[in-house]
Order: sequence, then C-alpha cells, then structure tokens
Amino acid sequence: MQPVPTLYYVALSALLFTLGVIGVLTRRNAIIIFMSVELMLNAANLAFVAFAREFAKLDGQIFVFFVMAVAAAEVAVGLALIVTIFRTKNSINVDDINQLKG
Amino acid sequence: MPDRLRRLRPLLPGLLFAALLLAVPAVSWAAPVLQEGEGGGGGTFFALIPLILVFPVVGLFLNLLFGKALGERWSGAIASAAAALAFVIAVLQLVSLRAVDYVAQVVPLADWLDIGTLHVPWAFQIDTLSVTMMLVVTGVGTLIHIYAIGYMHEDVRVNGDPSRFTRFFVYLNLFLAAMLILVTGNSYLTMFVGWEGVGLCSYLLIGFWYEKGAGGVGNARAGRKAFVVNRVGDWAMLLAMFLIFWMFGSLTFTDVFKTLAGIRLDATGQMTVTAITLLLLIGAAGKSAQIPLYIWLPDAMAGPTPVSALIHAATMVTAGVYMITRSNALYALAPFSMSVVAIVGAATAIFAATMAIAQFDIKKVLAYSTISQLGFMIAAVGLGGYVAGMFHLVTHAFFKALLFLSAGSVIHAIEHGHHHSAAAHAVGGGGHDDHDQAAPDAGGHAAAAHAEHSFDPQDMRNMGGLWKTLPITKWVYLIGALALAGIVPLSGFWSKDEILLDAWSHQNWLVFGLLIVAAFFTAFYVGRQLMLVFAGPPRTDAAKHSAESPALMTVPLIVLAVLAAFGGLLNLPSIGGWTPPGAHALTEWLDHTLGALPTGEHAVIGEGGAEAGAEGALNFVVAGLSTVVALVGLGAGAALYRGRPATSTAADPLARTGFVFTVLNRKWYVDELYDLIILRPYNWLAGFIANVIDWRFWHDWVHDTLIGGTYNNLSRFAADFLDRGVVDVAISEMPAALARGVAGGLRRFQTGYVRYYALMVFVGVVLVLGYLLFVAR
Repeated sequence: MQPVPTLYYVALSALLFTLGVIGVLTRRNAIIIFMSVELMLNAANLAFVAFAREFAKLDGQIFVFFVMAVAAAEVAVGLALIVTIFRTKNSINVDDINQLKG
Repeated sequence: MPDRLRRLRPLLPGLLFAALLLAVPAVSWAAPVLQEGEGGGGGTFFALIPLILVFPVVGLFLNLLFGKALGERWSGAIASAAAALAFVIAVLQLVSLRAVDYVAQVVPLADWLDIGTLHVPWAFQIDTLSVTMMLVVTGVGTLIHIYAIGYMHEDVRVNGDPSRFTRFFVYLNLFLAAMLILVTGNSYLTMFVGWEGVGLCSYLLIGFWYEKGAGGVGNARAGRKAFVVNRVGDWAMLLAMFLIFWMFGSLTFTDVFKTLAGIRLDATGQMTVTAITLLLLIGAAGKSAQIPLYIWLPDAMAGPTPVSALIHAATMVTAGVYMITRSNALYALAPFSMSVVAIVGAATAIFAATMAIAQFDIKKVLAYSTISQLGFMIAAVGLGGYVAGMFHLVTHAFFKALLFLSAGSVIHAIEHGHHHSAAAHAVGGGGHDDHDQAAPDAGGHAAAAHAEHSFDPQDMRNMGGLWKTLPITKWVYLIGALALAGIVPLSGFWSKDEILLDAWSHQNWLVFGLLIVAAFFTAFYVGRQLMLVFAGPPRTDAAKHSAESPALMTVPLIVLAVLAAFGGLLNLPSIGGWTPPGAHALTEWLDHTLGALPTGEHAVIGEGGAEAGAEGALNFVVAGLSTVVALVGLGAGAALYRGRPATSTAADPLARTGFVFTVLNRKWYVDELYDLIILRPYNWLAGFIANVIDWRFWHDWVHDTLIGGTYNNLSRFAADFLDRGVVDVAISEMPAALARGVAGGLRRFQTGYVRYYALMVFVGVVLVLGYLLFVAR
C-alpha cells in the first residue's frame, strides 16, 4: 500500500497549529488557551515525526520526546498558575489579568 | 598751714620709694655707660641723656599696667617721680655742659631711618638751647605733676569718674616724653616726632572729660578742633622738612647748619630758604597758637587745669618759639620771613590781648593771655632777639603755669564753696562729704543739683571777695599776675622789657607800637581779672564759702611763685653803668649755641658793635615806658572794676562801650568768620562730594546704573535667552519631549492582555518567516 505522503502530515500539522494559534488568540478561558497551546505543541510534534520518517533519521523523534517532557512539565506549572490565579481573582478569564499594561 | 603740711607726710615715703623704683634699674643700666664716658672724655653725664625719655616712659607704663591697683597716691607719686628724675637728668646735662665748656654734644642712640640718601639717626642734641628747654619742661612739669595729684583728686570726683585719675597721669607722662623728644631731637624729623606726640597728648588731655562740655560733646569737639587746626601747621612743617631735605640733603640740625655756613644763595636758593622759613612759621603758628591758627587754644581750656598750665601755657605751645630759635641760621638768611614772623607775633600779641579783656571765664582770660604772650615771643625771635624770646619763654613758663595753677586753685575753691552752700540749702539732704557732689540729682540734693547745672565755677562773675578766703592762692596769684603785667622787679618785666628793647633797637616802630599797646592791654586785663576774682564782696554763696586748697596744691604754687618773682635774675641787664652779679647769664649761656652758629644772632647783632653793647643794658626809655604802660593799665583795670559788677548777673562796666565790648567778648567773631569762609565751604564741598559726586554720580550712576545695570541686563540676557531659551531647550526639553513622545507611542503596545502579546509574537514570526521565505531568498 502506498504510504501517506509527508505533505499530508505537514498540512495536518499546519492546520492543527493554526487552530491552536486561533484558539490562543481568540479564547479568554485560560484552560482553553492552555489546551490550544498543547495543540500547537502537538502540531509541532507531528511535523517532527513526519520529517523524521521522510528523512529516515531519529533526531526528530527524539525531539518529540523532549517536547512531550517539557509539555508535561509545562502542564504542571501552568495548571498550578491557573489554580493560583483562580484563587486570587475568582476567575480564569485572561482579560482580567492585565495589570502589567503600560 | 602746719596742718596742711602734715597731710602731705604720708605721701613722702611713697614718693621716695617710687623714685627708688625708677632709679635703681636706670642707674644700673647707666653705670657702664658712665664709665665708658669717663674713659672717653672726662666725667660728664651726657651718656645719661636717654634716661630723660626712659623715666617718663617707664612711669607711664607702670601707671598703665598697675596704676589702678596702686591707687591714687602711688600712681601720682610714680608719675611725679618720673618727672622729677627727668629733671635731675636735665640738671646733670647742665652740669656736664659746664664741664665741656658749653660745646654742643650729639649723643647718638640708634640709626633710625636709612633710606637711600636719607639718614636720620635717633640722637640727642645737647646744647644750651635744648638744655634750657629740658629744664623748663621737666622743672615746671614736675611741679605741675605734684599739683595735679591734689587737683585731680578732687576733679575726678567732681566730674564723677575717679577711675580716670591714673589715666590722667599716664597722659601727663606721655606728654612729658613727647615734649622731651621734641626738645632733645637732633633733627627736624625727630623733633617732628615729638611735635606730633605732644599734639596727640594735647588732644587726649583736652578731651579728658570727653563726654562733658556743651551738649555732651563740647570737650570732644574742643580736642578735635585743636587736633585739626594743628594738622594745618603740621602740614606746613612737613613741607618745610621736604624742602630742607631737598635743599640740604639732610634733616639733622648740624648738617643743615653746616651746609648753610658755606652756602652762597642764588635767587632760587633764596626763594627756597624763604619758603622753608615761612612754612616753619606756619608750623609754629599752629603749635604756638599764632594768627591765623590760634583759635584752638581758647577751646583747649576744656582740659583739666594742670593740662592748661603744663601743655597750653608752659611747654607745648612754646615749641614753635623753640623751633624758630633752633632754625635761627635759616631765618638769618631770609630777612623777609623774619619780618613776617615779627609782624605775625606782634599782631597776635595785641589781637589776643584785646580778646582777653572781655572774657568772663577765668581760664579763657589766661588762654588769650597765653596767645598774646606767645605773640611777644614770636615777635622777639622775628626781630632776631632769640635770647629775649627764650628768656620770655622761660619766665612765661613760670608765671603762666603759676597763674593757671592758681586759677585751678580758685576754681577748686569755688567748687568747694558751691558744694558747701548747696549742701547748706538742701534741708535734710543726708550726710555730705567732699565727694558726693559728683552724683547728680542724688536724693535730697535735687534742688541743689539743679542749681549746680547752671553754675559755672570758672565764671569770674561768680567770684569776688576771694582775698579773704584764699590766704595762699591770693598771694601767688598776685605775683603771677603782676609778673604777667610786667611790674618791676618780677620776672615778666625783665623778659618783656628785653623784647621791647629788641624792637626799639631795631627801630621797628610798627612792632614796637603793637607790643607796647599789647602790654597795656595785658596790664588792663590783669587788673580786671584781679579785681573780679579777689576784690570786693563775694558775689555768690559759692565765693563766700570758698576755702583754700590742700598743701599738695599750694606747695608747688609757692615754688612757682618764687620762680615767677625771681626768674628775671636769669638775665638781668646792666643798669646804668652797674652790672649786677649774674647779669646776662642767659645771654651768655644761649650764646654758646646761638653764637656758635656761623650765621646766628651774631650776624644780626653784629650790625653795629655799639648796639650790641646797648642790648645788654637797661634802656631807661623803654623800661620806663613799659612800666608806665603796665601801671596805667593795671590802674585803669583796677579802677574800672572796683566793686563792679556788683552782682553775678550785673553787666560788665565795659559793656557800656556796647558794640566794642560785644565784639571783643565774641572774640572778634573770628570763629564765626572761619566758620563762614572755611568750615561752611568745606562742609558744603564735602557734602557735595559725598552726596553728588560719590553718592549720586559714583554710587547711583556709575555703580548702580552703569555697572550694575549693564551687568543685570547681561545676566538677564544670559539667563533668559541663552540659558533658558537655548541651552535648556537643547539639552533638556527637546530630549525630554522626544523620549516622552516615543514612550507614549510605545506604551500603546503594552496592553497587559496576553493574547495581544501572543498576536505580536505571531505577527513577528510571520513577518520574519515571510522575510526569510520570500525576500531573503
């Protein structure tokens, strides 16, 4: 059977990344933004794996493990931040967190 | 009298001890010097001459440092001992001069000034002339010092500040030192040092009660007047010294006179010598109170009476006579100056004598009399009669010091009497002693104190009848007054006669006439004063209760009275064919100095040998004339004032002459004239310079407008335009605006919304990627 062309993976990756970006830019709920960031990370993972297979090298796959590890850590920190923000602000709407404006 | 003497006794050990205190270090210092002198030129005491200055200076410093602690008795004793020791030194000089056959000595002490060609050593001129002056200054000075102990004791209490007693003696010793510098100096410059020193002491002592007098400033004003008027004379002295140095290249007497001896004057030299001598005359006029600079002397009577006697009668004011006598070699070459000197002296003599007639203040009469007598002396030296001038100087020192001190005794007595009568009137005014008179308005004395303020103890109208109350003063006063009037055989007769004789034998009828009339006026005011003070009934309670002064004052008076009576013995003329023993003593004595000079008095006398012989003899015409004039004057004065004025407020008998008396009483309005022609223009000029030139022009215009204004405008320009307009804008405002603008633009990007930042990142990534993909390719 004919293997799925790499272009498709990349296109899917780009689509997922774009969805993630749109999610980050448009949504106000911190959890959802968080999920969108995960989506972008995984879109990047998909691209890594796709190109690893294309070029028959393991570097890309190894990068994916790194990204997953970092993402896991990020989730831990990010969720902790969100919990703390909720406790102080009683909200996780990111538009309420704008005290650093100039 | 014995009682009075007993009161003197406690003072004697003090005097002796003070004398020892001064003498021991002095002699121990002098002993090696003395031995040196003996090795050099026989047993003379010339080496001791610096001591004549050392004693008064040590005395003044002792009093200055310890006077307050020592108390009145010691302080007065030290000052008097210093004066007495100086007198001893002067006597030793006299003895030594005899030993060296009267050859003039110069004792160098130190090099003083050595600038370029100007060499002025500090040296002592010892010759018969300077020793005469030393003897008079220290001798009369000692008596006055002793008198002053008694006088000032009362004076400081009457004036209410006993703490000034010591200060008085400090000044008195300072004066003595300065006067001795004046007479011992061997150059015009050292003489000038003393000249200024006595001027300073005169100023200090006239203003001794500086807070007293008319309006609280009267005495201070009098002192200032004396000082300023003397400045005019000193200015002329300085100019004369400059000319002397210019012409002779030296200021020491011996150099100048030596040069003079070998000089042949051209027209310029003649003019220079005339200028020098005329300038010296102005100097003498300032110090010796001659026309036109005499005006300070009457005001100088503001000083305590011993000062008037010592400084303003006996010593300082004769400095001018001494100076002209000393410069006789110069004057001999300037006949024009000589005649000017003679006329100034004679005019002063008569002018001042007329003013003395109409004064009421006992001391003012004597002051004008002093001016008049100084005029006699100046006239004498102007005629070339230096011996006559010096003779009159000496006798005048005796009888005028006597008169002033007696006047002080009279004033003292009147003050005493006034205090007594005032105390008697103040019922229940508490215990009084001699001293509480000083406190004005004290307790129950209010009424008496009131009267005191308007009471003038020096006004002769408040006196009268003192003949009965002053047993000693009356006699000494009488002797002094008759000597002044020129009654034979008192000292004044002989010396005045010699001056008149000089004018007579020079056939200078103008001067002779002026002097003989002055002599008449002198006798007249003497008669008037005697009658006003002593004769008739007392005109006030003060005069009625007056009492004799203590022995401390009367003993010096008696000594001076003896001197005034017999001072004529110094230089008796030969009478008829008979030459009394000791005749011409002063002439011969001074001749060693005056005659030793190549162009001294001899040149003048030597005009006719017969005349020179005639000068030594009594001229019966002149002597008779002067005696007649004196007796008539005295008689007229006595007759006119016999029992008049009857009360202290009645008019003077002479007031009938109306206008004349007023003019004389107001001193010919000379003070007013000087005020009009000198003081007013001077003040106006000073005001003009101060207000217009200095204040309005210099301060307001040049400083404020020109310099200040320009500077202000410049700095305003620099501040407003340059600094604020350019510098501030360039280096601070514009960068600030720029930064603010940029920041204002940039701050819009920092909204605080995370999405927005993410969008930025996204856009940035897109842009960078777009660039890499499409442009950079």
